[in-house]
Amino acid sequence: MGLFSTNPVAALGRATLEGVGAIGRVGLFAARGIAAAISPPWYPRQIIAQFASVGFLSLPVVGLTAWFTGAALALNIYSGGDRFNAETVLPQIVALGITRELGPVLAALMLAGRVASAMASEIGAMRATEQIDAMVTLSTDPRRYLIAPRLIAATISLPLLTLITDIIGVAGGMQVSNYLIDLSPGIYIANTMDFLTAWDVESGLIKSAVFGFIIGLMGCYHGDSAKGGARGVGRATTSAMVSAAVLILAADYLLTSVFALK
Amino acid sequence: MTTTAKIAWTGISKRFGAQVVLEGLELAVAPGRSLALLGRSGQGKSVTLKLALGLMKPDAGQVLLDGVDVTRQSEAERRASFRGIGMLFQGGALFDSLPVWENVAFRLINADGVGRAEARDRAVEALALVKLAPEVADRYPSELSGGMQKRAGLARAIVGTPSLLFFDEPTTGLDPITAGAINELIRDRVTSLGCTAVSITHDMASARTIADELAMLDNGRIVWRGRADELDHADHPLVRAFVTGQSME
Repeated sequence: MGLFSTNPVAALGRATLEGVGAIGRVGLFAARGIAAAISPPWYPRQIIAQFASVGFLSLPVVGLTAWFTGAALALNIYSGGDRFNAETVLPQIVALGITRELGPVLAALMLAGRVASAMASEIGAMRATEQIDAMVTLSTDPRRYLIAPRLIAATISLPLLTLITDIIGVAGGMQVSNYLIDLSPGIYIANTMDFLTAWDVESGLIKSAVFGFIIGLMGCYHGDSAKGGARGVGRATTSAMVSAAVLILAADYLLTSVFALK
Repeated sequence: MTTTAKIAWTGISKRFGAQVVLEGLELAVAPGRSLALLGRSGQGKSVTLKLALGLMKPDAGQVLLDGVDVTRQSEAERRASFRGIGMLFQGGALFDSLPVWENVAFRLINADGVGRAEARDRAVEALALVKLAPEVADRYPSELSGGMQKRAGLARAIVGTPSLLFFDEPTTGLDPITAGAINELIRDRVTSLGCTAVSITHDMASARTIADELAMLDNGRIVWRGRADELDHADHPLVRAFVTGQSME
Protein backbone atom coordinates (compact mmCIF):
# COMPACT_ATOMS: atom_id res chain seq x y z
CA MET A 1 0.00 0.00 0.00
CA GLY A 2 2.89 2.31 0.91
CA LEU A 3 4.46 1.60 -2.45
CA PHE A 4 1.24 2.39 -4.28
CA SER A 5 0.68 5.59 -2.34
CA THR A 6 3.95 7.02 -3.70
CA ASN A 7 3.00 6.19 -7.29
CA PRO A 8 1.66 9.42 -8.81
CA VAL A 9 -0.29 7.59 -11.52
CA ALA A 10 -2.05 5.41 -8.94
CA ALA A 11 -2.73 8.45 -6.76
CA LEU A 12 -4.21 10.31 -9.73
CA GLY A 13 -6.33 7.29 -10.63
CA ARG A 14 -7.57 6.95 -7.06
CA ALA A 15 -8.41 10.66 -6.85
CA THR A 16 -10.26 10.47 -10.18
CA LEU A 17 -12.27 7.45 -9.05
CA GLU A 18 -13.10 9.13 -5.74
CA GLY A 19 -14.16 12.30 -7.59
CA VAL A 20 -16.37 10.41 -10.03
CA GLY A 21 -17.82 8.42 -7.13
CA ALA A 22 -18.63 11.59 -5.20
CA ILE A 23 -20.32 13.16 -8.26
CA GLY A 24 -22.36 9.98 -8.68
CA ARG A 25 -23.42 9.95 -5.02
CA VAL A 26 -24.41 13.63 -5.05
CA GLY A 27 -26.24 13.15 -8.38
CA LEU A 28 -28.19 10.19 -7.03
CA PHE A 29 -28.98 12.03 -3.78
CA ALA A 30 -30.19 15.06 -5.81
CA ALA A 31 -32.35 12.90 -8.09
CA ARG A 32 -33.98 11.14 -5.13
CA GLY A 33 -34.45 14.47 -3.34
CA ILE A 34 -36.15 16.02 -6.39
CA ALA A 35 -38.37 12.94 -6.79
CA ALA A 36 -39.42 13.25 -3.14
CA ALA A 37 -40.02 17.00 -3.50
CA ILE A 38 -42.31 16.76 -6.53
CA SER A 39 -44.41 13.75 -5.52
CA PRO A 40 -46.73 13.18 -2.53
CA PRO A 41 -46.87 12.67 0.37
CA TRP A 42 -45.69 16.13 1.41
CA TYR A 43 -45.30 17.36 4.99
CA PRO A 44 -46.70 20.94 4.96
CA ARG A 45 -45.69 21.71 8.57
CA GLN A 46 -42.10 20.77 7.78
CA ILE A 47 -42.11 22.84 4.59
CA ILE A 48 -43.50 25.91 6.40
CA ALA A 49 -40.96 25.50 9.22
CA GLN A 50 -38.16 25.40 6.66
CA PHE A 51 -39.49 28.49 4.86
CA ALA A 52 -39.38 30.32 8.19
CA SER A 53 -35.88 29.08 8.96
CA VAL A 54 -34.34 29.51 5.49
CA GLY A 55 -36.24 32.55 4.27
CA PHE A 56 -37.70 34.69 7.03
CA LEU A 57 -34.87 34.33 9.53
CA SER A 58 -32.30 35.12 6.83
CA LEU A 59 -33.85 38.52 6.08
CA PRO A 60 -31.72 40.58 8.53
CA VAL A 61 -28.36 39.26 7.35
CA VAL A 62 -29.32 39.39 3.67
CA GLY A 63 -30.82 42.88 4.03
CA LEU A 64 -27.73 44.30 5.74
CA THR A 65 -25.43 42.71 3.18
CA ALA A 66 -27.53 44.17 0.36
CA TRP A 67 -27.52 47.71 1.75
CA PHE A 68 -23.77 47.80 2.38
CA THR A 69 -23.01 46.25 -1.01
CA GLY A 70 -25.23 48.75 -2.86
CA ALA A 71 -23.69 51.64 -0.96
CA ALA A 72 -20.10 50.43 -1.50
CA LEU A 73 -20.77 49.79 -5.17
CA ALA A 74 -22.12 53.33 -5.56
CA LEU A 75 -19.01 54.72 -3.86
CA ASN A 76 -16.72 52.72 -6.15
CA ILE A 77 -18.58 53.74 -9.28
CA TYR A 78 -18.54 57.36 -8.16
CA SER A 79 -14.80 57.44 -7.48
CA GLY A 80 -13.92 55.35 -10.59
CA GLY A 81 -16.40 57.08 -12.91
CA ASP A 82 -15.07 60.47 -11.81
CA ARG A 83 -11.92 59.79 -13.87
CA PHE A 84 -13.86 60.00 -17.15
CA ASN A 85 -16.86 62.08 -16.09
CA ALA A 86 -19.20 59.09 -15.92
CA GLU A 87 -20.67 59.69 -12.44
CA THR A 88 -24.07 60.33 -13.96
CA VAL A 89 -24.50 56.66 -14.92
CA LEU A 90 -24.13 55.65 -11.29
CA PRO A 91 -27.80 54.56 -10.78
CA GLN A 92 -27.79 52.44 -13.90
CA ILE A 93 -24.55 50.61 -13.08
CA VAL A 94 -25.59 50.03 -9.47
CA ALA A 95 -28.93 48.60 -10.63
CA LEU A 96 -27.31 46.38 -13.24
CA GLY A 97 -24.60 45.15 -10.89
CA ILE A 98 -27.02 44.39 -8.09
CA THR A 99 -29.81 42.71 -10.05
CA ARG A 100 -27.70 40.62 -12.41
CA GLU A 101 -24.76 39.64 -10.25
CA LEU A 102 -24.21 40.89 -6.73
CA GLY A 103 -27.75 40.43 -5.43
CA PRO A 104 -28.09 36.76 -6.36
CA VAL A 105 -24.48 35.81 -5.54
CA LEU A 106 -24.16 37.64 -2.22
CA ALA A 107 -27.56 36.52 -0.97
CA ALA A 108 -26.63 32.95 -1.92
CA LEU A 109 -23.24 33.13 -0.19
CA MET A 110 -24.83 34.53 2.96
CA LEU A 111 -27.37 31.72 2.89
CA ALA A 112 -24.66 29.13 2.27
CA GLY A 113 -22.97 30.28 5.46
CA ARG A 114 -26.13 30.45 7.52
CA VAL A 115 -28.37 27.73 6.13
CA ALA A 116 -26.26 25.01 4.45
CA SER A 117 -24.14 24.64 7.57
CA ALA A 118 -27.21 24.58 9.84
CA MET A 119 -28.88 21.92 7.69
CA ALA A 120 -25.73 19.78 7.66
CA SER A 121 -25.26 20.00 11.42
CA GLU A 122 -28.92 19.26 12.20
CA ILE A 123 -29.21 16.28 9.84
CA GLY A 124 -25.72 15.07 10.79
CA ALA A 125 -26.61 15.13 14.49
CA MET A 126 -29.84 13.25 13.72
CA ARG A 127 -27.84 10.64 11.82
CA ALA A 128 -25.31 10.31 14.68
CA THR A 129 -28.02 9.83 17.33
CA GLU A 130 -30.04 7.28 15.30
CA GLN A 131 -32.97 9.69 14.87
CA ILE A 132 -32.99 9.07 11.11
CA ASP A 133 -32.99 5.29 11.69
CA ALA A 134 -35.85 5.80 14.15
CA MET A 135 -37.79 7.70 11.48
CA VAL A 136 -37.43 4.75 9.08
CA THR A 137 -38.74 2.34 11.73
CA LEU A 138 -41.71 4.68 12.22
CA SER A 139 -42.73 4.08 8.58
CA THR A 140 -41.71 7.59 7.53
CA ASP A 141 -39.36 8.29 4.61
CA PRO A 142 -36.59 10.67 5.80
CA ARG A 143 -36.14 11.90 2.23
CA ARG A 144 -39.73 13.18 2.24
CA TYR A 145 -39.79 14.39 5.84
CA LEU A 146 -36.31 15.93 6.10
CA ILE A 147 -34.72 16.42 2.68
CA ALA A 148 -37.61 17.46 0.39
CA PRO A 149 -38.87 20.33 2.64
CA ARG A 150 -35.34 21.78 2.83
CA LEU A 151 -34.82 21.56 -0.94
CA ILE A 152 -38.22 23.15 -1.62
CA ALA A 153 -37.72 25.94 0.92
CA ALA A 154 -34.18 26.80 -0.21
CA THR A 155 -35.07 26.76 -3.93
CA ILE A 156 -38.11 29.04 -3.50
CA SER A 157 -36.87 31.26 -0.66
CA LEU A 158 -33.64 32.41 -2.28
CA PRO A 159 -35.28 34.10 -5.32
CA LEU A 160 -37.64 35.92 -2.92
CA LEU A 161 -34.68 36.98 -0.77
CA THR A 162 -32.84 38.07 -3.91
CA LEU A 163 -35.75 40.28 -4.94
CA ILE A 164 -35.54 41.95 -1.52
CA THR A 165 -31.75 42.17 -1.90
CA ASP A 166 -32.19 43.94 -5.25
CA ILE A 167 -34.51 46.53 -3.73
CA ILE A 168 -32.38 47.18 -0.63
CA GLY A 169 -29.15 47.20 -2.66
CA VAL A 170 -30.52 49.82 -5.06
CA ALA A 171 -31.74 51.81 -2.04
CA GLY A 172 -28.22 51.70 -0.56
CA GLY A 173 -26.79 53.06 -3.81
CA MET A 174 -29.51 55.72 -3.88
CA GLN A 175 -28.68 57.00 -0.40
CA VAL A 176 -24.97 57.26 -1.22
CA SER A 177 -25.56 59.03 -4.54
CA ASN A 178 -27.97 61.42 -2.86
CA TYR A 179 -25.21 62.32 -0.42
CA LEU A 180 -22.27 62.33 -2.92
CA ILE A 181 -23.68 63.84 -6.10
CA ASP A 182 -26.84 65.35 -4.72
CA LEU A 183 -28.98 63.15 -6.96
CA SER A 184 -32.56 63.23 -5.69
CA PRO A 185 -34.20 59.87 -4.87
CA GLY A 186 -36.95 60.55 -7.42
CA ILE A 187 -34.50 61.05 -10.28
CA TYR A 188 -32.39 58.08 -9.09
CA ILE A 189 -35.40 55.75 -9.14
CA ALA A 190 -36.62 57.11 -12.49
CA ASN A 191 -33.16 56.56 -14.05
CA THR A 192 -33.01 53.05 -12.61
CA MET A 193 -36.49 52.08 -13.82
CA ASP A 194 -35.90 53.54 -17.31
CA PHE A 195 -32.67 51.61 -17.68
CA LEU A 196 -33.46 48.22 -16.17
CA THR A 197 -35.16 45.56 -18.30
CA ALA A 198 -37.31 42.77 -16.93
CA TRP A 199 -34.65 40.25 -18.00
CA ASP A 200 -32.03 41.92 -15.80
CA VAL A 201 -34.12 41.01 -12.77
CA GLU A 202 -35.43 37.70 -14.10
CA SER A 203 -31.96 36.36 -14.94
CA GLY A 204 -30.88 37.09 -11.37
CA LEU A 205 -33.91 35.29 -9.98
CA ILE A 206 -33.30 32.23 -12.17
CA LYS A 207 -29.72 32.12 -10.89
CA SER A 208 -31.04 32.41 -7.33
CA ALA A 209 -33.33 29.42 -7.71
CA VAL A 210 -30.36 27.32 -8.89
CA PHE A 211 -28.19 28.63 -6.04
CA GLY A 212 -30.95 27.88 -3.54
CA PHE A 213 -31.17 24.29 -4.74
CA ILE A 214 -27.38 23.96 -4.44
CA ILE A 215 -27.50 25.26 -0.84
CA GLY A 216 -30.27 22.84 0.15
CA LEU A 217 -28.59 19.93 -1.63
CA MET A 218 -25.15 20.49 -0.08
CA GLY A 219 -26.58 21.02 3.41
CA CYS A 220 -28.68 17.84 3.25
CA TYR A 221 -26.12 15.68 1.43
CA HIS A 222 -23.23 16.41 3.77
CA GLY A 223 -25.45 16.09 6.84
CA ASP A 224 -26.86 12.76 5.68
CA SER A 225 -23.36 11.47 4.87
CA ALA A 226 -21.88 12.50 8.25
CA LYS A 227 -20.00 9.70 10.01
CA GLY A 228 -17.97 9.53 13.20
CA GLY A 229 -19.99 11.36 15.85
CA ALA A 230 -19.39 15.00 16.79
CA ARG A 231 -16.21 15.26 14.75
CA GLY A 232 -17.99 13.93 11.68
CA VAL A 233 -20.82 16.41 12.15
CA GLY A 234 -18.27 19.24 12.37
CA ARG A 235 -16.61 18.08 9.16
CA ALA A 236 -20.00 17.82 7.43
CA THR A 237 -20.89 21.37 8.48
CA THR A 238 -17.67 22.80 7.04
CA SER A 239 -17.92 20.70 3.85
CA ALA A 240 -21.52 21.80 3.28
CA MET A 241 -20.66 25.48 3.52
CA VAL A 242 -17.47 25.32 1.43
CA SER A 243 -18.90 23.07 -1.30
CA ALA A 244 -22.06 25.18 -1.53
CA ALA A 245 -20.01 28.39 -1.89
CA VAL A 246 -17.73 26.91 -4.58
CA LEU A 247 -20.63 25.39 -6.52
CA ILE A 248 -22.56 28.69 -6.35
CA LEU A 249 -19.64 30.59 -7.89
CA ALA A 250 -19.11 27.91 -10.57
CA ALA A 251 -22.83 27.84 -11.38
CA ASP A 252 -22.85 31.64 -11.49
CA TYR A 253 -20.17 31.65 -14.18
CA LEU A 254 -21.95 28.96 -16.21
CA LEU A 255 -25.36 30.63 -15.99
CA THR A 256 -23.94 34.08 -16.74
CA SER A 257 -22.23 32.61 -19.82
CA VAL A 258 -25.53 31.11 -21.00
CA PHE A 259 -27.47 34.33 -20.29
CA ALA A 260 -24.82 36.51 -21.97
CA LEU A 261 -25.26 34.53 -25.19
CA LYS A 262 -29.04 34.89 -25.06
CA MET B 1 -39.61 -23.37 12.92
CA THR B 2 -39.06 -20.89 10.08
CA THR B 3 -42.54 -21.39 8.61
CA THR B 4 -44.27 -20.48 11.87
CA ALA B 5 -41.80 -17.84 13.06
CA LYS B 6 -42.88 -14.23 13.53
CA ILE B 7 -39.37 -13.21 12.55
CA ALA B 8 -36.49 -15.33 11.29
CA TRP B 9 -32.95 -14.69 10.15
CA THR B 10 -31.95 -17.50 7.77
CA GLY B 11 -28.42 -17.99 6.43
CA ILE B 12 -27.54 -14.36 7.12
CA SER B 13 -23.99 -13.24 6.40
CA LYS B 14 -22.68 -9.73 6.76
CA ARG B 15 -19.16 -8.37 6.56
CA PHE B 16 -17.66 -4.89 6.71
CA GLY B 17 -14.54 -4.96 4.55
CA ALA B 18 -12.39 -7.82 5.80
CA GLN B 19 -14.29 -8.11 9.10
CA VAL B 20 -16.88 -10.88 9.12
CA VAL B 21 -19.69 -9.91 11.53
CA LEU B 22 -22.37 -12.52 10.81
CA GLU B 23 -21.77 -15.82 9.07
CA GLY B 24 -24.72 -18.05 8.29
CA LEU B 25 -26.82 -16.76 11.17
CA GLU B 26 -29.91 -18.88 11.86
CA LEU B 27 -32.37 -17.48 14.38
CA ALA B 28 -36.15 -17.61 14.57
CA VAL B 29 -38.62 -16.28 17.12
CA ALA B 30 -42.09 -17.77 17.40
CA PRO B 31 -45.16 -15.50 17.68
CA GLY B 32 -45.77 -14.23 21.20
CA ARG B 33 -42.32 -15.19 22.46
CA SER B 34 -39.72 -12.82 23.90
CA LEU B 35 -36.10 -13.53 23.03
CA ALA B 36 -32.99 -11.79 24.37
CA LEU B 37 -29.93 -11.88 22.15
CA LEU B 38 -26.76 -11.89 24.22
CA GLY B 39 -23.16 -11.54 23.15
CA ARG B 40 -19.91 -9.73 23.68
CA SER B 41 -19.43 -6.25 22.23
CA GLY B 42 -18.75 -6.20 18.49
CA GLN B 43 -20.31 -9.63 17.82
CA GLY B 44 -23.06 -8.28 15.55
CA LYS B 45 -26.08 -7.99 17.85
CA SER B 46 -26.99 -4.49 16.67
CA VAL B 47 -26.29 -5.49 13.07
CA THR B 48 -28.76 -8.38 13.48
CA LEU B 49 -31.44 -5.92 14.56
CA LYS B 50 -30.60 -3.38 11.84
CA LEU B 51 -30.88 -6.08 9.18
CA ALA B 52 -34.39 -6.90 10.41
CA LEU B 53 -35.34 -3.21 10.32
CA GLY B 54 -34.06 -2.73 6.77
CA LEU B 55 -31.42 -0.26 7.95
CA MET B 56 -28.72 -2.53 6.45
CA LYS B 57 -28.66 -5.10 3.67
CA PRO B 58 -27.20 -8.58 4.27
CA ASP B 59 -24.51 -9.94 1.96
CA ALA B 60 -26.41 -13.24 1.90
CA GLY B 61 -29.50 -14.77 3.47
CA GLN B 62 -33.03 -13.65 4.26
CA VAL B 63 -34.90 -11.92 7.05
CA LEU B 64 -38.44 -13.27 7.09
CA LEU B 65 -41.13 -11.20 8.73
CA ASP B 66 -44.34 -13.26 8.85
CA GLY B 67 -42.75 -15.40 6.13
CA VAL B 68 -42.00 -12.45 3.81
CA ASP B 69 -38.37 -11.64 2.99
CA VAL B 70 -37.98 -7.97 3.93
CA THR B 71 -34.48 -7.77 2.43
CA ARG B 72 -35.96 -8.02 -1.06
CA GLN B 73 -38.78 -5.53 -0.52
CA SER B 74 -38.79 -2.03 -1.97
CA GLU B 75 -38.50 0.83 0.53
CA ALA B 76 -42.22 1.56 0.25
CA GLU B 77 -43.14 -2.11 0.81
CA ARG B 78 -40.82 -2.28 3.80
CA ARG B 79 -42.35 0.85 5.33
CA ALA B 80 -45.77 -0.78 5.00
CA SER B 81 -44.45 -4.02 6.61
CA PHE B 82 -43.04 -2.01 9.50
CA ARG B 83 -46.45 -0.61 10.51
CA GLY B 84 -46.69 -3.42 13.05
CA ILE B 85 -43.18 -3.02 14.45
CA GLY B 86 -42.01 -0.94 17.40
CA MET B 87 -38.39 -0.23 18.23
CA LEU B 88 -36.73 1.16 21.35
CA PHE B 89 -33.29 2.53 20.48
CA GLN B 90 -30.35 2.40 22.86
CA GLY B 91 -30.15 6.18 23.27
CA GLY B 92 -33.89 6.69 22.91
CA ALA B 93 -33.41 8.37 19.49
CA LEU B 94 -36.17 10.85 20.30
CA PHE B 95 -36.49 13.73 17.84
CA ASP B 96 -34.92 16.79 19.52
CA SER B 97 -37.05 19.27 17.61
CA LEU B 98 -40.40 17.78 18.66
CA PRO B 99 -42.13 17.73 22.07
CA VAL B 100 -42.52 14.34 23.73
CA TRP B 101 -46.12 13.84 22.64
CA GLU B 102 -45.22 14.45 18.97
CA ASN B 103 -42.37 11.97 19.31
CA VAL B 104 -44.76 9.36 20.65
CA ALA B 105 -47.41 10.18 18.04
CA PHE B 106 -44.92 10.49 15.16
CA ARG B 107 -46.05 7.39 13.28
CA LEU B 108 -49.73 8.12 13.91
CA ILE B 109 -49.45 11.63 12.44
CA ASN B 110 -46.94 11.11 9.65
CA ALA B 111 -47.57 7.56 8.45
CA ASP B 112 -51.09 6.64 9.58
CA GLY B 113 -52.77 9.99 8.84
CA VAL B 114 -54.33 10.32 12.32
CA GLY B 115 -55.43 13.90 13.19
CA ARG B 116 -53.19 15.81 15.59
CA ALA B 117 -55.80 16.10 18.36
CA GLU B 118 -56.55 12.37 18.39
CA ALA B 119 -52.86 11.52 18.02
CA ARG B 120 -52.05 13.67 21.05
CA ASP B 121 -54.72 11.89 23.14
CA ARG B 122 -53.31 8.51 22.15
CA ALA B 123 -49.77 9.68 22.89
CA VAL B 124 -50.78 10.83 26.39
CA GLU B 125 -52.44 7.43 26.96
CA ALA B 126 -49.25 5.66 25.85
CA LEU B 127 -47.18 7.88 28.16
CA ALA B 128 -49.45 6.91 31.06
CA LEU B 129 -48.83 3.23 30.27
CA VAL B 130 -45.09 3.79 30.79
CA LYS B 131 -45.74 5.80 33.99
CA LEU B 132 -45.08 9.26 32.57
CA ALA B 133 -47.36 12.09 33.71
CA PRO B 134 -49.42 14.09 31.15
CA GLU B 135 -47.29 17.21 31.88
CA VAL B 136 -44.32 15.45 30.31
CA ALA B 137 -46.11 15.43 26.95
CA ASP B 138 -45.28 19.07 26.20
CA ARG B 139 -41.64 18.91 27.28
CA TYR B 140 -38.78 18.45 24.83
CA PRO B 141 -36.49 15.38 25.01
CA SER B 142 -33.56 17.50 26.24
CA GLU B 143 -35.63 18.36 29.34
CA LEU B 144 -36.01 14.69 30.34
CA SER B 145 -33.71 12.42 32.37
CA GLY B 146 -32.21 9.30 30.75
CA GLY B 147 -34.82 7.06 32.35
CA MET B 148 -37.68 9.30 31.22
CA GLN B 149 -36.27 9.34 27.69
CA LYS B 150 -36.25 5.53 27.70
CA ARG B 151 -39.87 5.51 28.91
CA ALA B 152 -40.86 8.00 26.20
CA GLY B 153 -39.04 5.84 23.64
CA LEU B 154 -40.94 2.81 24.91
CA ALA B 155 -44.23 4.73 24.64
CA ARG B 156 -43.34 5.58 21.02
CA ALA B 157 -42.61 1.90 20.31
CA ILE B 158 -45.94 0.61 21.68
CA VAL B 159 -48.32 3.38 20.60
CA GLY B 160 -49.43 1.70 17.36
CA THR B 161 -50.26 -1.64 19.11
CA PRO B 162 -47.36 -3.45 17.43
CA SER B 163 -47.12 -7.20 16.93
CA LEU B 164 -43.31 -7.18 17.06
CA LEU B 165 -41.08 -5.14 19.36
CA PHE B 166 -37.30 -4.66 19.21
CA PHE B 167 -35.27 -3.39 22.16
CA ASP B 168 -31.67 -2.30 21.69
CA GLU B 169 -29.84 -2.27 25.06
CA PRO B 170 -32.94 -0.98 26.91
CA THR B 171 -31.18 -0.49 30.27
CA THR B 172 -27.74 0.75 29.19
CA GLY B 173 -26.69 3.89 31.07
CA LEU B 174 -29.45 3.65 33.68
CA ASP B 175 -29.06 3.19 37.44
CA PRO B 176 -30.17 -0.25 38.76
CA ILE B 177 -33.48 1.03 40.16
CA THR B 178 -34.48 2.79 36.93
CA ALA B 179 -33.21 -0.17 34.89
CA GLY B 180 -35.39 -2.50 36.98
CA ALA B 181 -38.41 -0.28 36.41
CA ILE B 182 -37.79 -0.22 32.64
CA ASN B 183 -37.41 -4.02 32.59
CA GLU B 184 -40.72 -4.42 34.42
CA LEU B 185 -42.42 -2.00 32.04
CA ILE B 186 -41.09 -3.87 29.02
CA ARG B 187 -42.19 -7.21 30.46
CA ASP B 188 -45.61 -5.79 31.30
CA ARG B 189 -46.16 -4.21 27.87
CA VAL B 190 -44.93 -7.23 25.91
CA THR B 191 -47.19 -9.53 27.95
CA SER B 192 -50.27 -7.33 27.77
CA LEU B 193 -49.88 -6.68 24.02
CA GLY B 194 -49.20 -10.38 23.41
CA CYS B 195 -46.56 -9.43 20.91
CA THR B 196 -43.25 -10.96 19.88
CA ALA B 197 -40.14 -9.26 21.27
CA VAL B 198 -36.45 -9.37 20.41
CA SER B 199 -34.04 -7.60 22.77
CA ILE B 200 -30.31 -7.22 22.61
CA THR B 201 -28.56 -6.67 25.88
CA HIS B 202 -25.42 -7.19 27.97
CA ASP B 203 -27.45 -6.89 31.15
CA MET B 204 -28.19 -10.37 32.49
CA ALA B 205 -30.76 -9.10 35.00
CA SER B 206 -32.57 -7.38 32.15
CA ALA B 207 -32.41 -10.50 29.96
CA ARG B 208 -33.84 -12.70 32.73
CA THR B 209 -36.71 -10.26 33.35
CA ILE B 210 -37.82 -9.44 29.83
CA ALA B 211 -37.15 -12.68 27.93
CA ASP B 212 -38.62 -16.18 27.81
CA GLU B 213 -35.65 -17.40 25.81
CA LEU B 214 -32.05 -16.35 25.46
CA ALA B 215 -29.60 -16.84 22.60
CA MET B 216 -25.85 -16.25 22.65
CA LEU B 217 -24.27 -14.76 19.52
CA ASP B 218 -20.57 -15.36 19.01
CA ASN B 219 -18.35 -15.25 15.91
CA GLY B 220 -21.33 -14.54 13.70
CA ARG B 221 -23.45 -17.52 14.81
CA ILE B 222 -25.80 -18.56 17.60
CA VAL B 223 -23.69 -20.77 19.89
CA TRP B 224 -26.28 -21.39 22.63
CA ARG B 225 -30.02 -21.03 23.02
CA GLY B 226 -32.24 -21.87 25.93
CA ARG B 227 -34.95 -20.80 28.34
CA ALA B 228 -34.20 -18.14 30.94
CA ASP B 229 -34.38 -20.74 33.72
CA GLU B 230 -31.76 -22.87 31.93
CA LEU B 231 -29.20 -20.08 31.97
CA ASP B 232 -27.64 -20.96 35.33
CA HIS B 233 -27.10 -24.59 34.28
CA ALA B 234 -25.72 -23.92 30.81
CA ASP B 235 -22.36 -25.57 30.18
CA HIS B 236 -21.23 -23.34 27.29
CA PRO B 237 -18.12 -21.46 28.54
CA LEU B 238 -19.21 -18.10 27.12
CA VAL B 239 -22.65 -18.38 28.72
CA ARG B 240 -21.01 -19.38 32.01
CA ALA B 241 -18.74 -16.35 31.76
CA PHE B 242 -21.76 -14.10 31.16
CA VAL B 243 -23.65 -15.57 34.13
CA THR B 244 -20.71 -15.38 36.52
CA GLY B 245 -19.31 -12.15 35.13
CA GLN B 246 -15.84 -13.67 35.06
CA SER B 247 -13.21 -13.57 32.33
CA MET B 248 -12.93 -16.64 30.07
CA GLU B 249 -9.12 -16.46 30.19
